[in-house]
Amino acid sequence: MKIKYHICLYLLFALSWTSVAHAKLNIVASTPDLGDIVREIGKDKVEVTSIAKPTEDPHFVDAKPGFIVKLNKADMLIEGGLQLEIGWLPPLVLSARNQKILPGNPGYFVVTSMGINILEVPTEVSRALGDVHPFGNPHFMLDPLNGGIVATHICNRLCEIDAADCTYYKDNLNNFIKRLDLKLSEWQKMLEPFRGTKTVTYHKTFPYFAQRFNLDVVGTLEPKPGIPPSPTHLNTLIPMMKKEGVKLILIEQFRERKIPEFVASQTGAKIVVVPIMVGGLKETTDYIALFDYIVKQIVIALETKS
Amino acid sequence: MKWRLYVLFLCVIIIKSVTFSPSCRAVPIKNEDLQSMINTKETGEDVKEIRIRKDEFDEIVGQLQGMKALMEKMKEDYESRFQELQEKIATLEREKTDNIFISQSDAKITNPLSDQGTSIPQNNKTTEMVSPPSNKAETVQQTEAPGTSSAPIFPDTSMASQATNSVSGQWSPAQPLTLWSSGKNYMNISFDGLFAAGGSTAKDLEDIETGGHDPAQRGFTVQNLETVFEGAIDPYFKGQSNIVFQIDKGGESVVEVEEAYLTSMSLPMNLQVKAGTFFTEFGRLNQTHPHTWDFADQPLVNGRFLGPDGLRNPGARISWLAPTDNYTELFFTMQDSQGETAYSFRNQHALFGRNHVDTDVRNLGDMLYVPRVATSFDLTDEQTIVLGSSAAFGPNSTGTDENTLIYGLDMFWKWKSKYASGGFPFVTWQTEVMRRRFEAGAVTDNLPAEVMHNWGSYSQVSWGFKQRWVAALRGDYVDGEEGATDPSGFERWRLSPNLTFYPSEFSKIRLQYNYDDILGNNSTEHSVFLQFEFLLGSHGAHKF
Repeated sequence: MKIKYHICLYLLFALSWTSVAHAKLNIVASTPDLGDIVREIGKDKVEVTSIAKPTEDPHFVDAKPGFIVKLNKADMLIEGGLQLEIGWLPPLVLSARNQKILPGNPGYFVVTSMGINILEVPTEVSRALGDVHPFGNPHFMLDPLNGGIVATHICNRLCEIDAADCTYYKDNLNNFIKRLDLKLSEWQKMLEPFRGTKTVTYHKTFPYFAQRFNLDVVGTLEPKPGIPPSPTHLNTLIPMMKKEGVKLILIEQFRERKIPEFVASQTGAKIVVVPIMVGGLKETTDYIALFDYIVKQIVIALETKS
Repeated sequence: MKWRLYVLFLCVIIIKSVTFSPSCRAVPIKNEDLQSMINTKETGEDVKEIRIRKDEFDEIVGQLQGMKALMEKMKEDYESRFQELQEKIATLEREKTDNIFISQSDAKITNPLSDQGTSIPQNNKTTEMVSPPSNKAETVQQTEAPGTSSAPIFPDTSMASQATNSVSGQWSPAQPLTLWSSGKNYMNISFDGLFAAGGSTAKDLEDIETGGHDPAQRGFTVQNLETVFEGAIDPYFKGQSNIVFQIDKGGESVVEVEEAYLTSMSLPMNLQVKAGTFFTEFGRLNQTHPHTWDFADQPLVNGRFLGPDGLRNPGARISWLAPTDNYTELFFTMQDSQGETAYSFRNQHALFGRNHVDTDVRNLGDMLYVPRVATSFDLTDEQTIVLGSSAAFGPNSTGTDENTLIYGLDMFWKWKSKYASGGFPFVTWQTEVMRRRFEAGAVTDNLPAEVMHNWGSYSQVSWGFKQRWVAALRGDYVDGEEGATDPSGFERWRLSPNLTFYPSEFSKIRLQYNYDDILGNNSTEHSVFLQFEFLLGSHGAHKF
């Protein structure tokens, strides 16, 4: 009898331990960009964890067991979708054993499921073409307008989960959208003189950015997505860049620099190295600062040339 | 101040929702509703309006004008998007003539649009807050403009996005078969082929290699042809099955059901259940399939204690995730204790030269039990460590009441640069130590009943020094078994350096050398393996 009583006590203790009401909403975002947007809207009412490091290649993130604990306690999981997270998020979610963040519940949100105009959706799927994302390019957060759309949807979801603070979230959203929109026109004005600048990127990371700010991406250093630059590819790329008059090589901060530098020396194009996620550099503390930095770097590089 | 923010919010939302709304024909009606709602509210709002100072009011008007300009810009932007969509429709329309099935494609894709639709009433609610009537009218007119002008587009747009998104789901003779691309199907299917070409000073490689999937002969070996099916069974379970084909030395094709199990998704109290037939969660390597290994063959100690094919059997496992800040998980597995895949237990081939005693399961004590605890923490931002401790106990086949106990410690450490590109550079270090206590039953004529203690260990380091390139080194040691007559029981140590090139995540080529010092018979064997692998289809992500 006594043992049973003890077991009951223990179970009760375990239960209460897991169901302690948190004052803040625990939110896990797959990337720091999404995490930052949540922070903008939830401010001090949310505790945000981002899984991918801002500095690393978001296609290859380690599914570290520590994140299982975060997901286990999460009220909401936000992922980008388009299979960016396919290599690391599913095993974490399976181990997390948390009903709230499973598909079909308000606590699970794939941001590309609504409102985003997805680019580069392939009509043919074959790995002979490299590591192509079958549902389109997942780097949509590099268009600030998409950031606004994502923020709106995240706000709606937060309202669904935490109706009591809905007006608070909406105020923050309005504030964020307002700042973002003003900034967007500022960035567009800054880059207007360089409209149509012929650009080469390392990976297909920047189509959304290029579309928003009217850069013309004519090629990539990678012969195919996920395949590092090969001599054969560079032998065709360099003459093409010379012919097209490519002025800008835009690469993510985690890429090796040797090949881009070689290509730049051959073609006279300027290399601009930028973080692609919030927190990649100490200057890019939030989503708006990220674009401030990227736009500024591009402007500096293109201005010094002419 | 708050209502001013609402105005901003409303403006943005209205533009967005109207432009995305699938049913824009309904917009004019909604605007009427909206206006009537506003009218009814106005009387109440008038009182508040008087309190606003003139300069404040002017400021608001200024801001709203700014917003107006901004919205116009956004309108342009959305119009360019419409054009893009229209172009898409045009191309898809052409495709539609070839393919009648489009209209039947999943309704799932319409969700984004209908979700947008449902957000409209919410926006209308916020309209009630708008007080200056003149501006109100303006916003309404503005929203009307893009709405009505683009109304005819929308029914088609939803169709178009349906079609673009379901490209992988439909079929046309010109397209490759993409039936199993993940995300649009109930399960993922993948096929993995793992082969090795080997040369060795040992006449028979099978004598010195302890794993069932290791290179087995001079020349070529089909190590593992693995088909994996996995997916969500229902909202409660996830299922996985690994069916392995091998071609043995005699040229016969062999089928092995390696794993087939379900895992619960969200049991209460942080519990999780796994049931079916699966690799026992003992140590690190035993739980994984050969194609994820960093070496062409399995460590000696795994082959000797857990068996050539690893420790696996039908059974069930329950695990509990501790509600701590660090990851700590307790596992408890119960499995059948007989068969070749329970090598140190009720195996038909009794160990230590004993005779196989045919036993039945008499009670729960005759099952195989495997408790395990694993914990993990970050040493720094770039370094993570996972520590584990496991035990396996159950009866063995050398007698009616003889038992085996294996216990082990495992450690995995990983450093990965925070500027990793494609997952490189990284360094991992994995070590396992195992000890076995084996009660060997007496054989009437010559062998007494005795207790055998053996131990073994391996330690391996992998260094991803450059994108796509990994260099690795492994050291192996096992002590000698009593009465051993061949390398499978002798004391030996082995050193294995290798170099792996990954053309992509889906293929690899590996060159490995084994320096094998078999102390039991004072011989040294040298082996070289060239291993290659390919992976087709969508293969589930691996654990850390």
